[in-house]
Amino acid sequence: MTQSLLSLSVTELAERVRGGAVPAVEIADQSLRAIRERSDLNAFCHVAEESALAAARRLDEQRRGGRPLGKLAGVPIALKDALCTHDQPTSCGSRMLLRSGDDGREHGWRSPYDATVVERLRAEGALLVGKANMDEFAMGSSSETCVYGPTRNPWDPERIPGGSSGGSAVAVAARLTSAALGSDTGGSIRQPAAHCGVVGVKPTYGRVSRYGLVAFASSLDQVGPMARDVRGAARVLEVIAGHDPKDSTSADVPVGDYEAACERGVSGLRFGVPAEYFGDGLDPSIRAAIEGVIAKIEAAGCTVTPVSLPHTDYGVATYYILATAEASSNLARFDGVRFGKRVEAPGADLQAMYGASRNAGFGREVKRRILLGTYVLSAGYYDAYYAKAQRVRTLIRQDFDRVFQDVDVLITPTSPTVAFRIGERLDDPLAMYMADVYTLPASLAGIPGISVPCGLTTVQDGRDSSPELPIGVQLLCPMFEEERLFAAAAGVEELVRAT
Amino acid sequence: MARTYEPVIGLEIHAQLLTASKLFCGCSTDFGKPPNSNVCPVCLGLPGALPVLNERAVRLAVRAALALNCSIVETSIFARKNYFYPDLPKGYQISQYELPFSEKGWLDIEVEGRKKRAGITRVHMEEDAGKNVHGRGGDSLVDLNRAGTPLVEIVGEPDLRSSAEAAAYMRAVRDILVFVGVNDGNLEEGSFRCDANVSLRPLGETTFGTRVELKNINSFRFVQRAIDAEIARQTVILDGGGQVLQETRSFDPESGKTASLRSKEEAHDYRYFPDPDLPPVVIGEALVEEERAAMGELPSQVRRRWVDELGLTEAAAQTLSQHPGYVRFFEGVRAQVPGLEPKKIANFMQTEVLRGAVVQGQRVSFSVSEGQLAELLTLLDAGTISGKQAKEVFALVEGTDQSPKAVVAERGMEVVSDAGELESLLRDLIARNPKQVESIRAGKKQVMGFFVGQVMKATQGSADPKVVSELLEKLVTES
Ligand SMILES: [Zn+2]
Repeated sequence: MTQSLLSLSVTELAERVRGGAVPAVEIADQSLRAIRERSDLNAFCHVAEESALAAARRLDEQRRGGRPLGKLAGVPIALKDALCTHDQPTSCGSRMLLRSGDDGREHGWRSPYDATVVERLRAEGALLVGKANMDEFAMGSSSETCVYGPTRNPWDPERIPGGSSGGSAVAVAARLTSAALGSDTGGSIRQPAAHCGVVGVKPTYGRVSRYGLVAFASSLDQVGPMARDVRGAARVLEVIAGHDPKDSTSADVPVGDYEAACERGVSGLRFGVPAEYFGDGLDPSIRAAIEGVIAKIEAAGCTVTPVSLPHTDYGVATYYILATAEASSNLARFDGVRFGKRVEAPGADLQAMYGASRNAGFGREVKRRILLGTYVLSAGYYDAYYAKAQRVRTLIRQDFDRVFQDVDVLITPTSPTVAFRIGERLDDPLAMYMADVYTLPASLAGIPGISVPCGLTTVQDGRDSSPELPIGVQLLCPMFEEERLFAAAAGVEELVRAT
Repeated sequence: MARTYEPVIGLEIHAQLLTASKLFCGCSTDFGKPPNSNVCPVCLGLPGALPVLNERAVRLAVRAALALNCSIVETSIFARKNYFYPDLPKGYQISQYELPFSEKGWLDIEVEGRKKRAGITRVHMEEDAGKNVHGRGGDSLVDLNRAGTPLVEIVGEPDLRSSAEAAAYMRAVRDILVFVGVNDGNLEEGSFRCDANVSLRPLGETTFGTRVELKNINSFRFVQRAIDAEIARQTVILDGGGQVLQETRSFDPESGKTASLRSKEEAHDYRYFPDPDLPPVVIGEALVEEERAAMGELPSQVRRRWVDELGLTEAAAQTLSQHPGYVRFFEGVRAQVPGLEPKKIANFMQTEVLRGAVVQGQRVSFSVSEGQLAELLTLLDAGTISGKQAKEVFALVEGTDQSPKAVVAERGMEVVSDAGELESLLRDLIARNPKQVESIRAGKKQVMGFFVGQVMKATQGSADPKVVSELLEKLVTES
């Protein structure tokens, strides 16, 4: 059992390292070896062998010196490649951030600074073993649009792991790391967590600093943790959450004791089941799994009420207007002037350099979204699209405000389907966008959400049956009610496991 | 037949706010540092970096708006103005668009004795761009030291009707911003510059003609020349039956002409939208009142007080209120010699002190201290020295820390007002110049000057000529 340490939860592992039972170097070693052995999954685009081992050695010295260790001491964590790291390249899954080095090979962009969440992980002793693959610029739900090729689902390598934080979910699911950070703009943590059978949290907008997260859609992006259990995700979130003076949209709201909240369970919570999340597009086996969870919650003595979020249907359209509008502006800085890809023909003018660089640097989906976003902000179209979408966003937020007057937690499927096959939706953007239909509204409302594994199913795959694939249940709470979210999630996790 | 056209002009002025750091990051705004040294991930527009609003900049912007009689909007928002250019690292400029922090102001200007009130549509905050440097061999280099520097843009109403009015308006805005301490008024370094919108319409017409925007004018002289050139160009077009095209033009001081930069069709669609990285700016009543207090008296208020309460002439009040440093100096001297007539301080400052004053942005360096001037004017007022001597003493103490009193004593410059000494001098002169005495007695008063001159010569200028004349008159009539 060479990899037994990676089977431990975040909290168990950290406590063993803090207690001196396990040297951090051994954990780093196991994690790095696992990443190498499962390179077929293509979960990582950069492995930080030396710096992870060096950090582990420092931790062990620190412990021998009798100095206290942090809350994540020795916990190997994968970082989505959208998070800036001063000692590892950052490429956001895009050719745009690659530049040819002196060795003739392409290298990711070197950030001169660490993202705030990265700083906070380091300060608590986490081992940052590498950068995880993702959809290019976090635009996708399958982790197929990455410049490094598609990431594979460990449950069935022919299938996508979900996205855009696919590499992060795979790293955790395949026990390459104990936890990971992803970023969620419209479901990019929750949906891959569901497809890979791990826990994924999208915190309240403003709960976690965005400083150092390469922006996709600034009013929606949130960094969040992935782990194999709710408690592990709670501990990681406690470390990365909290006000950051470098991010004007980060909220100055005290961080709760999320780990302690996990002890509370579901007792006393009122659950709501929004009818709009159980419509036509929902896979029957997923419906059955979620209904099974609901039955257990009721059996545990909680009230479960049907509720309605009438503007849910507008979520996808609203999201694809607002997110692409912001993205079209956020991605303007990738212009070939200061960093990343530059293509210039001799004698060509500035406009030609911009065009050639951006054409060569961005992939199809990114170009599609930049065009869409540019269009909806254009003179004459702004009111019809962007301004109207902002008003609909308010209506969606009000839907949640209203139901949260009567219930404490909403329970829904995370994704309408299980992981689909690689390539299946690549040429059908609308089908791809529907993968996030249940996760988008919470992003638009800014409320926190979590996906917790709640069962396995097989799907008919031609004449054969697929291997067992995970299903995720999504829980949603009002703004800044992460403690309640973790209480409910840990309770649901326990009910599911008790089966 | 050529018609008479009325020019309609409105200025958009960009003024740099005097903060120590940039609008959205902690980088220094120091001018003249090596290229790309005042930079950080935020103002370099690096991936993942986020803006944080500088509160000091908001305060100075509020003060600027108050000084321009604008009302402050409690909740305003920053917007992104999207366009590509190498000096714009993020690919968008953070500015204010739909909801600026202030609006509806005005400013009084005066051209050839005629007073006029010019409207101000709005004042908003925005960040400056960097600087493109075109090097040899066709290379272009970018210096981002200036990128992110805080600016206010002051959008004027199209209320100006001549290039002279435009220049007067630009000057008045500059003076007032320097006066309230928000801008250094330095046009050469680009910390104060403007764009001018110019259109013509037949005299008497009320609708506006097609406007042309003249970009980046950085001197009072050029604003006048550029507008004149543009008026001339549009007049020729209209007289020839043509139509003025809506476009952006630039002024070339060498040729004295304007040239097209881009047409309306080539104009950018800036795709403004609220910047999701920045929450709305909330400017509370307390902050507004603090800045109103910090702003102090405006030049117009200072002038009125000086004229009404201190008896200064309009001209003197105008000159001495041109710079806050002048005002502080004048008031400083006045506080030291409260008994002295303010007019006398004003006169001496205008004729002597301002000649040696060097203005550098907010700072003025004077060649003497307030204390030195106060002492000098006290000596003059007491009759210890003459006006002519005061100027000499002033020249002697300039650039030194010598006390005027000590200089006067050292050089024996006290006015000879000892009647005995003057009388014996005059008696001697009268005895030696009987002819001249006769002329005076015959009513030729101007001949008295001869005697006064002789006395001044003999005393090396240290006699008070008034005392000498009085004494002479007495001696001539009694003998
Ligand atoms: Zn900076």
